[in-house]
Amino acid sequence: MLRGVGERPLAATGATILLLWACIALAAPWIAPYDPLALDFSGAINHAPSAKHWLGTDSLGRDLLSRIIFGARTLFAVVPLAVGSAFVVGIALGAIAAYSGGLIDQVVSRASDVMLAFPALIIYVILLTSLGPSLINIVIAVTLAYAPGVGRLARGQVLAIKELDYVKAAQARGDHPLSIIVFEILPNARGPLVVDLSLRAGYTVILTGTLGFLGLGLPPPTPDWGAMVVENTQLLSSHWHMAVVPCLAIVSVVVACNFLADGLRD
Amino acid sequence: MTGFLAQRLLQYILTLIAGSFAVFVATEFSPGTVSSKILGPYAVQSQVDSLSARLRLDDPLIERYGRWLTTLAGLTDNPMAAKEVGLGLSDPRGTRYVGNLGFSLMLKEPVIDVLADRIGYTILLTVCSIALIVPIAFGIGVWCGLKAGSLLDRVLSTLMAVLTALPEFAFAVGLTLVFVIWLGWLPGTSMMLPGDKWGMVSQLVMPTAVLVVASATYVARIVRASVVETRKRPFVRAAELKGLPPRVVVVQHVLRNALIAPVTVILLQVNWLLTGVVVVESIFAYPGVGSLLLQAALFGDIYLVQALTLMALTVAVGTQFLGDLCYMALDPRIRVA
Repeated sequence: MLRGVGERPLAATGATILLLWACIALAAPWIAPYDPLALDFSGAINHAPSAKHWLGTDSLGRDLLSRIIFGARTLFAVVPLAVGSAFVVGIALGAIAAYSGGLIDQVVSRASDVMLAFPALIIYVILLTSLGPSLINIVIAVTLAYAPGVGRLARGQVLAIKELDYVKAAQARGDHPLSIIVFEILPNARGPLVVDLSLRAGYTVILTGTLGFLGLGLPPPTPDWGAMVVENTQLLSSHWHMAVVPCLAIVSVVVACNFLADGLRD
Repeated sequence: MTGFLAQRLLQYILTLIAGSFAVFVATEFSPGTVSSKILGPYAVQSQVDSLSARLRLDDPLIERYGRWLTTLAGLTDNPMAAKEVGLGLSDPRGTRYVGNLGFSLMLKEPVIDVLADRIGYTILLTVCSIALIVPIAFGIGVWCGLKAGSLLDRVLSTLMAVLTALPEFAFAVGLTLVFVIWLGWLPGTSMMLPGDKWGMVSQLVMPTAVLVVASATYVARIVRASVVETRKRPFVRAAELKGLPPRVVVVQHVLRNALIAPVTVILLQVNWLLTGVVVVESIFAYPGVGSLLLQAALFGDIYLVQALTLMALTVAVGTQFLGDLCYMALDPRIRVA
């Protein structure tokens, strides 16, 4: 599947952009010109781009370029953890429900229906205001919101595959059901799940930005692109780039994820 | 067919009951939290305990849920407004009426009145948006689907793919920059106050525009994909081969069949517009239920949060049921399934 990425220009573009941001996130302490939390009040606050601060400084005198660079770290910590946890839980529930069938399947499927009836944003707003915004709570909220959808997809895949001969052979051999699910079924169900993963990763980037924007993301001094947009919208009339640059950063990652998903699906 | 509908309806009612219980558990999880939320952060423990006793908040969760349901149905009293509880709340309808959802602690008003104030604005925004989303999305989607592969189709499709990927707040920032700050044509906030120097209509433009761009691009992609898919089906080829004029083929054979998938998506948009417009409403300070939910959740206004979530759940289940009905009207085969 990954070999095909090189032959598809759209998927390759997406993968390149993501890789670039990942490198920026990893190398943030070495490439950022300033500490993202350091306040620079030398002279007047400098919103306009200058030789000293390429993208200017925000209303607290923090270097915007450094905050964008460190913001990539925040994103690359939240998104993989949240999506990864949602997929592990979702696939586990869906696969076990489909493989065992009967009452377990009924209970898991009905519970998923109930969860899916809630608008996702309401789940985040309620959970994050009652639990408090933190990395682990964002991961919990995303897992709760995504797992039913992922589980439903995994369940459909497993239902189709478990009737195939090689699964019957493994059952006749007396393999443990868990080992059959993990080693025989899931590797053959991965196609649609990988596409869903890249789409949901893109959506989670939007979500992380939105939570930051609503004040439900990681708490303040953390450089967070969504929170940076809202902090700097008050400067929109005088220094519009302060809010637009973090927007563009978010958009580039989302578009890259969608390109990758489109490429993988074809 | 009635059997199928009845079965679906029963399933939705069960979803609604299970979902409302989940809401109740999420907001009133541990005993004691409810009364400390009502009294605020400066209450003494003895005050919290006495309020819990008066409102019977130490009862098991399932009993409280049962009481919440019967109060909502107008069968039991809501004790919060009683004088000896001393919260200073009052409800002109009394303590027992249908739709009794308790009091908003943030606004010190019955929840039902708060909802009545806000829901109209949300419906107004939903109607304006849908009235634009449907023609725009179907116009672009059908046109691109019929001309699939042409240069303009590829340009429009790429543009829509990129626009779909944008977060709502990015649209809002971009449109505000152009139309509010650079051109000065529109107001940056839409509080819908009658005395504002901007008229009601111009206050509606920005929120509607953001919602339409965010949603119509997505729906148009679905319509386009559905048209392309339907045109490949054998019955379209058969219609073309038997010599029907292209217009008849498109209108009677392609469009009717290509309409089925987008209908669900449109209903999902209605669902989202009625319940999930938290971001856009908050940005423009629009007085709908979305911004209210965020304020209520941040304040810890549990009864208002419960009511808004219950409303969202009802809308979600209602639109799903409506979707089933549309499906049956458009595709007779589904009635058997």
